[in-house]
Amino acid sequence: MKADGTMSNPLQQYLDLYRGHEQAINAGAPSVMNALRPAANSALGGIVLPRKGSEDYEATDLAAVLAPDYGVNVLRRAFEADVAQAFRCDVPNLSTHLYFCINDMYHPTRTALLHDQGGVVVETFRQAWQRHPQLLADQYGRLASLARPEVALNTLLAQDGLLVYVPDGVTAERPIQLVNILQAASPLMAVRRLLIVMGRNAHAQMLVCDHSQLPGDAASLALSVVEIVAHENATFDFYDLEETTSANRRISTLYVEQHTGSNVLVDGITLTNGFTRNNYHVEVNGEHASTQLLGMTIASGTQHVDTHTFIAHNAPRCHSNEMFKYVLNDNAVGAFAGRILVQLGCPRVEAYQGNRNLCASPTARMYTKPQLEIYTDDVKCSHGTTIGQLNQEALFYMRSRGIGEEQAKTMLMQAFVADVVDAVRMESLRDRLRHLVEKRFSGSLASCGNCLSPCKITE
Amino acid sequence: MTDDKHIIDQAANEEYKYGFVTDVDTHILPKGLNEGVIREISRLKGEPQWLLDFRLKAYAHWITLEQPSWGHLTLPPIDYQSISYYAAPRQKKDPATHQIDPELVKTFDKLGIPLEERMALSGMAVDAIMDSVSVRTTYSERLAELGVIFCSISEAVRDYPDLVRRYLGSVVPYTDNYFAALNSAVFSDGSFVYIPKGVRCPMELSSYFRINAAQTGQFERTLIVADDDSYVSYLEGCTAPMRDENQLHAAIVEILVEDRAEVKYSTVQNWYPGDKDGNGGILNLVTKRGLCRGDYSKLSWTQVETGSAVTWKYPSCVLAGEGSVGEFYSVALTRNYQQADTGTKMIHLGRNSSSTIVSKGISAGHSQNSYRGLVKIAPKAVGCRNYTQCDSLLLSDTSGAHTFPVIEVDNDTSVVEHEATTSKINEEQIFYCNQRGISTEDAVGLIVNGYAKEVMQKLPMEFAVEAQKLLSVSLEGSVG
Repeated sequence: MKADGTMSNPLQQYLDLYRGHEQAINAGAPSVMNALRPAANSALGGIVLPRKGSEDYEATDLAAVLAPDYGVNVLRRAFEADVAQAFRCDVPNLSTHLYFCINDMYHPTRTALLHDQGGVVVETFRQAWQRHPQLLADQYGRLASLARPEVALNTLLAQDGLLVYVPDGVTAERPIQLVNILQAASPLMAVRRLLIVMGRNAHAQMLVCDHSQLPGDAASLALSVVEIVAHENATFDFYDLEETTSANRRISTLYVEQHTGSNVLVDGITLTNGFTRNNYHVEVNGEHASTQLLGMTIASGTQHVDTHTFIAHNAPRCHSNEMFKYVLNDNAVGAFAGRILVQLGCPRVEAYQGNRNLCASPTARMYTKPQLEIYTDDVKCSHGTTIGQLNQEALFYMRSRGIGEEQAKTMLMQAFVADVVDAVRMESLRDRLRHLVEKRFSGSLASCGNCLSPCKITE
Repeated sequence: MTDDKHIIDQAANEEYKYGFVTDVDTHILPKGLNEGVIREISRLKGEPQWLLDFRLKAYAHWITLEQPSWGHLTLPPIDYQSISYYAAPRQKKDPATHQIDPELVKTFDKLGIPLEERMALSGMAVDAIMDSVSVRTTYSERLAELGVIFCSISEAVRDYPDLVRRYLGSVVPYTDNYFAALNSAVFSDGSFVYIPKGVRCPMELSSYFRINAAQTGQFERTLIVADDDSYVSYLEGCTAPMRDENQLHAAIVEILVEDRAEVKYSTVQNWYPGDKDGNGGILNLVTKRGLCRGDYSKLSWTQVETGSAVTWKYPSCVLAGEGSVGEFYSVALTRNYQQADTGTKMIHLGRNSSSTIVSKGISAGHSQNSYRGLVKIAPKAVGCRNYTQCDSLLLSDTSGAHTFPVIEVDNDTSVVEHEATTSKINEEQIFYCNQRGISTEDAVGLIVNGYAKEVMQKLPMEFAVEAQKLLSVSLEGSVG
């Protein structure tokens, strides 16, 4: 804050940080990451961060989220506690290749695991720069647009990331699981980067779990950018599960590029959080590609979840399906803005977009903006939005059969989000999610097995 | 049917049948906009000081604003200094007989608007407005017996200054937006309607807008006040000559609905849409808003938009009264290089208020047709209900159809639904018609009329027939 009460440009502190520590930031980072920094720096120079109410940020004040003086782990100091031991996040009956990322560093004791597994490559960018330099050079930062201030800031400060590469014709036997943990005693910004390249006819599933361990109310921010490239006939499932605390801030931007015949499913689930802004940007560049973009949010307390999606159909004969569901309680704020674009000369595209919301308390707020932009005639596109409450008749029916009001409400809410959970293409994860959703609704998520995750629901 | 067909054929041959120019002696103010011009307009109309002050305040605000650019439109640059802001046909009126210039009567006859009451078999009261002045308002006297005031706004300023002063700018203040400020500064004529308590207006009221003079803009202002327990149905139609230049039409419509009153506002908008290459045409940039101030009041907007090169308007309802009802029914057809960015706003402030939005977009040729809407439910507006349906039909692979709805709900007792679909005409339906000997072009006409029927049914009968023909005519040659 300046003396006159106006907020100074919150970006300035990061630009100053970059100017002062450019060498330290560049040290050790692959030169392909360093090469993009000047462009990111100039993209951020002179811009004013969007405030609440500006176009595409109707419910989210980006300037306020970036305003606190977050520390960035420029010197890559290792963390002390082995929190990875505390977080199990085991999904019963699901054996995964498990990787841990604490803040924005990959867990050292697990580094041994970061090598080829049945042809699947999972390695940090620093390792990849030694082993797959061409791939990283070709793909890093190709999809992410520096026009978005959050992406430019990530590109400016990111020092490492995780590369998942499934070569042509390879099928990953086991799902890949990445557990992100935000752990800081003082405000911190974790700058995360993920790059996924699916070769031709490659098949894989990935589960990302976001957790946080933040003492007190000091907010910390996870700023992440995910780039997914799916080549011809590749299949890729990406499940993004957030179970963090009220002090957690998350700004995530996910880019997908799909080629002919590829099939990509992205499912973003927010069970507990503080502030979350998820951007999804999908470019469908090949025919017969199929896209599923799903999301589910259960929010209470002062949780804030804002989702922005954009699907561009740049090729004919594609199919996309989008469905986001929100259950809002207490003072929770939900926002959804989705846009489907069908370019000129792309006939036979089918695109569906749905956003269904339950407002379960008088002070919960929901903003929604579903948009269609169609430039060709032979298409089938639709969107539907509802904001409403639980069906009173269904509640009455259940209560008249001896089911308590709370129980009946929980059952109806579970049924409401069921189709997003059912769309999960991993059976054991699906069961696990059902279990988590049930716990979330009953308010007992804190006792999640033997996990020490402090994902308590703040009432 | 054959009669209809004949009319359609005839109309299709002329590109735009209302494109003629009336040769009347017109008093036009020099081009440009400044305080002097505003003072001159006010002087010509013999306005009181308070209205001049209102205009000057609006002008002072306007010059601080910039033209908005957020619409999904490519708007040609508008040079506000190369437009003349006042054009009045000089009426060769004989004060003794109140006869109107026969040339003007002929014009309105040609447009199908009866100015002479003996010819007015349609049973509709008409306020005919050419460029900046109201030419004639019919049936005023008969309506006056019921206490209904229906006259041009200039007459209203003269005869009922208290009413006009009380309501002018109360729904759309001059600070509302760029074009509202411009209109408030230079508005020329328009209709004023006041329906007293408990009166059900016995006939349809209608205003007909005609732009005639070149290089002018039309800035009319309509103010409708429906007092407690009253009802009125109001229609609006518009045409303009064919010209290569873009002409500006920036109007304001304000409607105030008191307790248990109902206003039905219908528009058939057929301004000159430009030629088939997108040259010329009217820029229709209008602010329309109604305030349902009274409890259980109702406001219904129905619009059929087939004209204008650019349509950019959002007829809105502010539902402040408890149990008030807002409705919006729209068919927007664009072809050639027309652009439309239209929709509505439903602002729910009163408890148990409800609104319905049905919007049907049809795009052909190289046109772009967008629905943009806002449904906002305030925290204290409990028990509100909204249903929105916006469908788009695409008739060519070069046209575009877009939907940009915004929904904000701030409480947990309201139910809001929104549905939208975009597709082309069902080929099976066309095939079915073809099989039965109906040509593809007629089949498309049938299907489109069926598609738009939900909205057409909401129009008063006389208009519904006209609108249906208009739709068929506009579709001619768009298929293939």
